[in-house]
Amino acid sequence: MRRFSAVSGRAVPIDRENVDTDQIIPARHLKRIERDGYGPFAFEAWRRDPEFALNDPVYEGATIMLTRSNFGSGSSREHAVWALDGLGIEVLVGVSFADIFKNNCFQNGILTVELSGEDIDHLMGIARKTPQTEIVVDLSAQTVEVVGNGWKRSFQIDPFHKYRLLRGLDDISMTLEYVSDIEGYEQRRDNASLPSTAVSPQTNVQWRSNH
Amino acid sequence: MTGKTLLEKIWETHIVDSPLQEAARRDALREGGALDDDNMAGERPDLLYIDLHLIHEVTSPQAFEGLRRAGRPVRRPDLTLATVDHNVPTLARDQPNPDPLSAKQIDVIQRNAEEFGVTLFDIFDARQGIVHIIGPEQGFTQPGMTIVCGDSHTSTHGAFGSLAFGIGTSEVEHVLATQTLRQTRPKTMSVEITGELGPGVTAKDVILAIINEIGVSGGRGHVIEYRGKVIRNLSMEERMMVCNMSIEAGARAGLIAPDEKTFEYMRGRPHAPGEDNWGGALERWRQLPTDDDAQFDREISMDGSSMRPFVTWGTNPAQSVTVDGHIPHLQDVAKAERESAERALAYMDLAPGTPIREIPIDRVFIGSCTNGRIEDMRAAAAVVKGKHVARGVSAMVVPGSGLVKRQAEEEGLADIFIAAGFEWRDAGCSMCLGMNPDVLAPGERSASTSNRNFEGRQGPGGRTHLVSPQMAAAAAVAGHFVDVREMIA
Ligand code: SF4
Repeated sequence: MRRFSAVSGRAVPIDRENVDTDQIIPARHLKRIERDGYGPFAFEAWRRDPEFALNDPVYEGATIMLTRSNFGSGSSREHAVWALDGLGIEVLVGVSFADIFKNNCFQNGILTVELSGEDIDHLMGIARKTPQTEIVVDLSAQTVEVVGNGWKRSFQIDPFHKYRLLRGLDDISMTLEYVSDIEGYEQRRDNASLPSTAVSPQTNVQWRSNH
Repeated sequence: MTGKTLLEKIWETHIVDSPLQEAARRDALREGGALDDDNMAGERPDLLYIDLHLIHEVTSPQAFEGLRRAGRPVRRPDLTLATVDHNVPTLARDQPNPDPLSAKQIDVIQRNAEEFGVTLFDIFDARQGIVHIIGPEQGFTQPGMTIVCGDSHTSTHGAFGSLAFGIGTSEVEHVLATQTLRQTRPKTMSVEITGELGPGVTAKDVILAIINEIGVSGGRGHVIEYRGKVIRNLSMEERMMVCNMSIEAGARAGLIAPDEKTFEYMRGRPHAPGEDNWGGALERWRQLPTDDDAQFDREISMDGSSMRPFVTWGTNPAQSVTVDGHIPHLQDVAKAERESAERALAYMDLAPGTPIREIPIDRVFIGSCTNGRIEDMRAAAAVVKGKHVARGVSAMVVPGSGLVKRQAEEEGLADIFIAAGFEWRDAGCSMCLGMNPDVLAPGERSASTSNRNFEGRQGPGGRTHLVSPQMAAAAAVAGHFVDVREMIA
């Protein structure tokens, strides 16, 4: 995973509550078996509206996405994060994020920053009125800063997430350092108490499809 | 000492590593000089063991690819079960799949299952079906377990008193490689439903009422434990329905304490403990329910006796109203939600003040991991028996698994549906998410027993109203929403 330090760039405003992952990437685009290539389909339906922020060339190259509360709700599809990554988004700044989506962001080195509703109002205003404004999100310092006008806020982040992001650590390698604990747990546990999925196929010979 | 909640009991028995253990290890390592001080913040979340990992074709290909690249095996193939459900066709399965991308995803999970030694309930396996239906059906889902799947409706399995939650594909890879997950312990929330449900009021209406009350992010960061008389009186399949939609309230998972009904439902299922181990299993399971003196982080209580059948009118599952109501006037919507209500009404093409019962529908979908079980089939069949789908309405029933389908055929339910003009399909997710050809055309309006009414969920431009199977069946017959309580009176 890539290391995250500080990101500075323009912010594109997605000024809606409860943006669900079906909007971020519709199900019909989940058929790919790769992790990339989803960017062109991000917000596909909303992009049909010429007024939608992502259609405005002024936000091209934005690395920060501004949003409201409960962003990323609904489906667990990590494709939603891959799609945002495909758009070049490195930081999401909003009031709140859905639990699974937030985990998926961290797994991909994308930072989610939670600020108050008033702070988001302020940033939305800036992103709309002066879209060229440079915003800096510094993970080490845990701050969001609007370059040039002195506006600065700090944010909270889970220390473990911060640690992982700053170092770009791969979760699986980290956990595999605990393999002896895992083995120990497996030995302590009464294995017979868990149902085994190692069962043979039951092809339904009577199987007949409807037409 | 205060008692523990069901969540805490499951959590604590699954901790593989926690910061507390780590403190001791760090001291030991530091003495040996092997650890740099900066390593591994002590605040890291617990490492939890996963007892059952369910897999499907859409969220797993990248995970297996990751394993392959790193040269890692699946740690516990014997605790991993795969199926195909999301994009399988529900018609003409013996013909080549018309969608090459879906066909490829199905091929890929077959290859991965074989290469990594994972059991797959494949498209022609009698037990194939929606991942959250087949786990309980086969007896794999058991009280006190930790269960994950790359799918948000994994919360369904919580109906058995197991901690079950959805994860993303990177976490799927993590579980495949390590059989564990690092997770922050969620907060606990008790949702108590008192009283008794009236006739025609279902588990679907209970969860829609809860989501309407607490909102689509009301459960964020929490595991909800559903309690109270109404929940105790629900059947196991109804409890699964309630837990299924926990994610629609933003919760991490839903839980219901196991009781005699749970054990009764499980007994004799293919992978439930056999008679020899049954007594021991019961003894363990009976320890699980939340202690009387346990504390929840948050508690709410609602009266089930006053609940009525719900219909969603908007584009999130909290935007709903009882069937005797009408589309809200914007001035009656809370200020913070007005803008999204306005947007939803425009998308749904609905005018404020319209009575719910006057909304005409084009399509009916009965199925999904929410309402695709045998009791749902029975409930819907009872409403349509001897009647016919209204002119201009196209209606389909998609059983949740191959075994549900077979049982419904044996019970004569399929004949009832077919005689009433419904299409009777093969098992899969189907029009719940529209990855296969079962989709709404732009502008079409459906009464659907699934769980999400998001914009475009059932097809681009499609308009979804979430209802119970009874309400969907009644709407199919009438051609518009009706109060099912009047039909069964
Ligand atoms: S039926 Fe719908 S909600 Fe359930 S697993 Fe399938 S797509 Fe997801």
